Amino acid sequence: MASASIPAYNSIPLENSSSQNASNESLKMEPLADVALLPGEERVIDKDIIYICPFNGALKGKVFITNFRLYFKSDGDHVVVLDVPLGAISRVEKMGGASSRGENSYGLDITCKDMRNLRFALKQEGHSRRDIFEILFRYAFPLSHGLPLFAYLSQEKFDENGWHVYKPMEEYRRQGLPTDKWRISFINEDYKLCDTYPTILVVPFKATEDDLQKVATFRSRCRIPVLSWINKENQAVIVRCSQPLVGMSGKRNKDDERYLEMIREANGTTKLTIFDARPNVNAVANKATGGGYEGDDAYQNAELVFLDIHNIHVMRESLKKLKDIVYPNVEEAHWLSSLESTHWLEHIKLVLSGAIQVADKVSSGNSVVVHCSDGWDRTAQLTSLAMLMLDSHYRTLRGFQVLLEKEWIGFGHKFASRIGHGDKNHADQDRSPIFLQFIDCVWQMTKQFPTAFEFNERLLMVILDHLYSCRFGTFLYNCENVRDNNLLRTKTVSLWSLVNSDTSSFINPFYTEESSRVLYPVASMRHLELWVTYYIRWNPRIRQQQQSPVEQRYRELLALRDQYLKKLQELQLSDSSPSTHLSNSSTPSAASPTQHITRLQTPF
Amino acid sequence: MLSLGSGGAKQPPKASFVSYVTPEEINPEKEPPKKERYPDLLPGEVVFCSASPILKYTQDELSQRGVFGTLVCTNFRVSFISDEVQVEDTIQHFKNKLYGENDIPLMCVDNIYGGYDDKKKLITCPLLKNKCPSKIIIHCKDLRVFQYCLTYTDEKDARKIFQGIVHHCLESKSLKCVFAFSYNANNAEMQRKGRTVMFDSIDDWTQEMKRTKGVCRLVAENQSFELSQRLPQYFFVPANVTEEDFQNARKFNGKGLPIWCWSHHTGCALFKTAALPLMQEDTIPQAYMEKMLNAVAQNYLYSVKTEDLSDTLPSLQEVQLSYTKFKQFFLIDNSTEFWMSDVKWFSSLENAGWLDIIRQCLQKAVEVVECLEKENTNVLIMEEEGSDLCCVISSLVQLMLDPYYRTLTGFQSLVQKEWIAGGHNFQDRCNHLHHKDKEHLQTPVFLLFLECVWQLLHQHSPAFQFSETYLTVLSDSVHVPVFSTFLFNSVQQKVSMMTAESPQTQRGPLNCPTVWDWSVQFDCRAQEFFINPLYTDKLRVDKLTKKSHRPKHTRQLSLPSSAFKTPSKKGFFKEETDSLKKMLRVKRLSRWMLSPDASPQASTSEFYEAWLRRPLDYHGVLLPLLDGPAVRVWMQRYLRWIPEVQICGGGTVAVTNRLAELQGEVRELLRRLERQCGGIDAGGPYHSDHHHLYDNVAPLPPHLLRSSVRLSSSFPFASIRNWPFKPAIPTSMLQGLIVSDPDNMADREDEYTETISLV
Repeated sequence: MASASIPAYNSIPLENSSSQNASNESLKMEPLADVALLPGEERVIDKDIIYICPFNGALKGKVFITNFRLYFKSDGDHVVVLDVPLGAISRVEKMGGASSRGENSYGLDITCKDMRNLRFALKQEGHSRRDIFEILFRYAFPLSHGLPLFAYLSQEKFDENGWHVYKPMEEYRRQGLPTDKWRISFINEDYKLCDTYPTILVVPFKATEDDLQKVATFRSRCRIPVLSWINKENQAVIVRCSQPLVGMSGKRNKDDERYLEMIREANGTTKLTIFDARPNVNAVANKATGGGYEGDDAYQNAELVFLDIHNIHVMRESLKKLKDIVYPNVEEAHWLSSLESTHWLEHIKLVLSGAIQVADKVSSGNSVVVHCSDGWDRTAQLTSLAMLMLDSHYRTLRGFQVLLEKEWIGFGHKFASRIGHGDKNHADQDRSPIFLQFIDCVWQMTKQFPTAFEFNERLLMVILDHLYSCRFGTFLYNCENVRDNNLLRTKTVSLWSLVNSDTSSFINPFYTEESSRVLYPVASMRHLELWVTYYIRWNPRIRQQQQSPVEQRYRELLALRDQYLKKLQELQLSDSSPSTHLSNSSTPSAASPTQHITRLQTPF
Repeated sequence: MLSLGSGGAKQPPKASFVSYVTPEEINPEKEPPKKERYPDLLPGEVVFCSASPILKYTQDELSQRGVFGTLVCTNFRVSFISDEVQVEDTIQHFKNKLYGENDIPLMCVDNIYGGYDDKKKLITCPLLKNKCPSKIIIHCKDLRVFQYCLTYTDEKDARKIFQGIVHHCLESKSLKCVFAFSYNANNAEMQRKGRTVMFDSIDDWTQEMKRTKGVCRLVAENQSFELSQRLPQYFFVPANVTEEDFQNARKFNGKGLPIWCWSHHTGCALFKTAALPLMQEDTIPQAYMEKMLNAVAQNYLYSVKTEDLSDTLPSLQEVQLSYTKFKQFFLIDNSTEFWMSDVKWFSSLENAGWLDIIRQCLQKAVEVVECLEKENTNVLIMEEEGSDLCCVISSLVQLMLDPYYRTLTGFQSLVQKEWIAGGHNFQDRCNHLHHKDKEHLQTPVFLLFLECVWQLLHQHSPAFQFSETYLTVLSDSVHVPVFSTFLFNSVQQKVSMMTAESPQTQRGPLNCPTVWDWSVQFDCRAQEFFINPLYTDKLRVDKLTKKSHRPKHTRQLSLPSSAFKTPSKKGFFKEETDSLKKMLRVKRLSRWMLSPDASPQASTSEFYEAWLRRPLDYHGVLLPLLDGPAVRVWMQRYLRWIPEVQICGGGTVAVTNRLAELQGEVRELLRRLERQCGGIDAGGPYHSDHHHLYDNVAPLPPHLLRSSVRLSSSFPFASIRNWPFKPAIPTSMLQGLIVSDPDNMADREDEYTETISLV
């Protein structure tokens, strides 16, 4: 099915080209007139090069580097194209050189964040490798060279401004907040209470600003327990925070204890459930560095549940192992046991089953507090997944954007540290695929509930591509405070501008709105599967499996239905007013036929 | 779940009602008069023994609760009839008319365990030495698990029912005792449903030869099985097999005769044969075999490739061993066991090797397809009996090459041709009669074939007219002792059993339905689940292919080696010219292919690679994807009864239902359009253009359409009322995740660089 005439190695294959208006710039790149540059994108260098393709062998061609991307196009009939945003590059290395033998000895090895490696070979003459290497190094890691990220250079314009997608007050109002038990607090307006939290917080009505200040002293990085989501039916809430600073001595803090008590009382939950995302032993170990967990004696009306989710380092190594078995070649002989040995799906299972437990508690009327160590990695995964299960609004295209803006971006998931945007330090221990893991969990849910989500797999892929690309400001920086300081929302474009300007390619045609249903995915290895179309998408053999015949058939039928409806309307009009038949026949067809679905029920 | 019987006066049982009465609350003194209830018996069905009250454990709890009722053993089934009053039966869309969700056809029983306190003991003989077990656990061949508690009934009754069940399910019996011989349904309307070609007449065979445009010699000499008891009454052999050869063939009971399977449009053909035991000293079989090979070869002077499947595919023992391990992962007694086994799920699957055997069969079929499609050589596949893996491979090859076999009737005809006429030993391979001396023959070869078909269906769904549900039901039907189809070892056995006026039955010739008469098991509405809504007929495809071009690909592989580069010559198929010695060498070459350094990847051919790059034509050659992630577990068949994995309101059924809804809408629109236009100007063009889009729809019952959210992922097999609304929360995860961790990463803090300032 995969049309073979389309080059298979496009780096952002799913995104519809939004940059036709850049044709003026692209004229500059004469030999590669088919690359449409983005507004603000500038060509830096081009060179003859050999791409050592793991699937087709060495391919002669030309590489172009701009301040945004690396573009390669091979010569010959069977054209192979690479289009890699420089932001996706995590590491550039020289391989071989004068001392090594063989034809393609001057090599360049590029490790990407999106599950692939690229290898090039250059000619010895003219220091071509040195030039390419230095330019790549400079533009792929602009922050390490005092240069701005591309998002700040982009001149892209869209019909819609994606920065308006999420307005915290609107979202809280949608949830029915404030209530008589929960109030909106502006205490963090200047990021004085907590520099990694958003400005607007929802806290128990009874808690005074002074209480909040005091609780902040007992929570790691002052990330106090605040409301994330409230169940309109039973007023049970999801509260998120960081670990309490219990320490070796087992310190207690009356204010924190009282504060959690207020949360419990808000909907009369008999026992407040505290989900500590970490494995028990890790929580204990955290006491050594001043952290810890809520002890039984101090928090008598709370039950503590450990969810056994491992830390960012374990997840990073797990993904590394996964890459080893899928790129460039899919491990064949022992695929299943290799997959198991990466533990990737097992981690997914733990995250999902943790979120299921959170959602289950809340839907049965119990308020919950969720935290890990700092409350910006595992906590974000758990709360956002639980909210996705509980609240159908987050399963819509816009609702999902709100969810990401709120739980991930707003509450300070450290995107800059975890992804390492524009930073050359590829071995940074702070990097970890926590957000990817979350998106994978979402994908697992969309697989299990194919009609429950308004958006499709393509949206998830585009989100992940632009998580790295630095083309949009959406995933840049660690927290709102820093974003404000860098004028992110005025100087860069939001990813949602791109998405919302043309939503058609991100819509799941099977979506059936069901407002009050809680989705419980099955967190069993029997159902979890590797997201082949993401993790193995660079392999040309895998691309074939991307097609969804069901979706294709469904779209055909939709078109057919619209055609029949149109025809019926025409017939009807001609019946009722035969004299005006000709002049009227075009009018009904102008109306979008999809709007008339409901008419099916009523006789014409 | 399959629900009980044909809905008469008596109440079919329901597992949905959970009795919360704890066992202690049942007061034995005040016991109400025993009311034993029987299921609606089928014609010819006789009750052997029964007992009550029996507690049937529900599967979704930790075996702590259950329903009381009567356990009955008849000559057809083991049945449980609940004491609870049946709730109005509204959710049963997929009723089996012969047996219900609490019935186990005797042939369907796989293993019986006795539960003694906490121990579980495999039962092999009905004699109870000591005390009667407190529990009887029945594992079924369709993967259901039943647990009955025997402690509330009389010791005597418990013993009787236990021994009765074990006796009738596990003890060896004669073929005449199979229920099919007692079943005397008044099936006057028993007809050959849906034009399935049975391949039991000269006409069927010649039609097939004509259809494939092959030219071979019809053999009618075996009409009364004088030539061979293993071969069907009629079949085709290469054109230049002579009378003299038949004389020889008779000596070897038909072995060595190349039986025609199918002809490619280019004229080359696929043959299969039972291999002759070749002794070096004995020259007669060698000469005969050589002659047969020549016959295959000189059929239009094609070259011949031979393949001894017993050398290149796993042995039947390996297949059986592998499946025994594999099925165990799905016969789950309780939730704890389920989550325990979830931890090492992938490696367990791999260790069982079942998926790998499926992959090997598909791979082998691809190789044969290449010979026929690309090299246009005749292919002769062989193995000891010529009726096991030969059937698997030959039918797979035909499915891949001939779109006719991907239709429902085509597929049924294929099974008739290759498996029934082909003389697959269903009776022994399934060990239907539980003969102890035939236990070693038991192997799920036909299931292996269905598994391979499922992989193709799963990967290329629009190419098949039948659905996965059809395959699942077909795999179940092998163990329903009502049909003649899967009951016998050969055509000869069937003919002699069915025509002979047998003194035992006194009822004259056996007249049981074929499995293809689906109305015996399912009503019309249920049968609609057999149709794949994604299937498109040829008409439309022709239109599409006119538009789509097929770009030619020339591979340029003169560059450095890559993993996908393959040797241009493969060695596992042998070019056959004239000598038998060369044929014998095939074995060695085949061995070479299995050597460890020949990884599956290295063996993928350019033919296969080229096919992968071409746009997929659902009505053309269809090949399977074989890499690791592509070969999967047949979820519907294996997971349908396990409550922990039911996705409430999810699964593919959610999408299929939406599709069916829309198809219904479109059909309704068209009907209206046709009415408006008087059926002249609109009816014609619309219908012929688009009927493929909705014609083969399985329309869901109207009340189902808007309620797809409430269906579970195992629809249509499990009714939703049985599943809890509470989410399944995995247990025993801590033991599971052992992170290999040289640097103690797991113990590190996320932000280890900073220390938290203590306040």
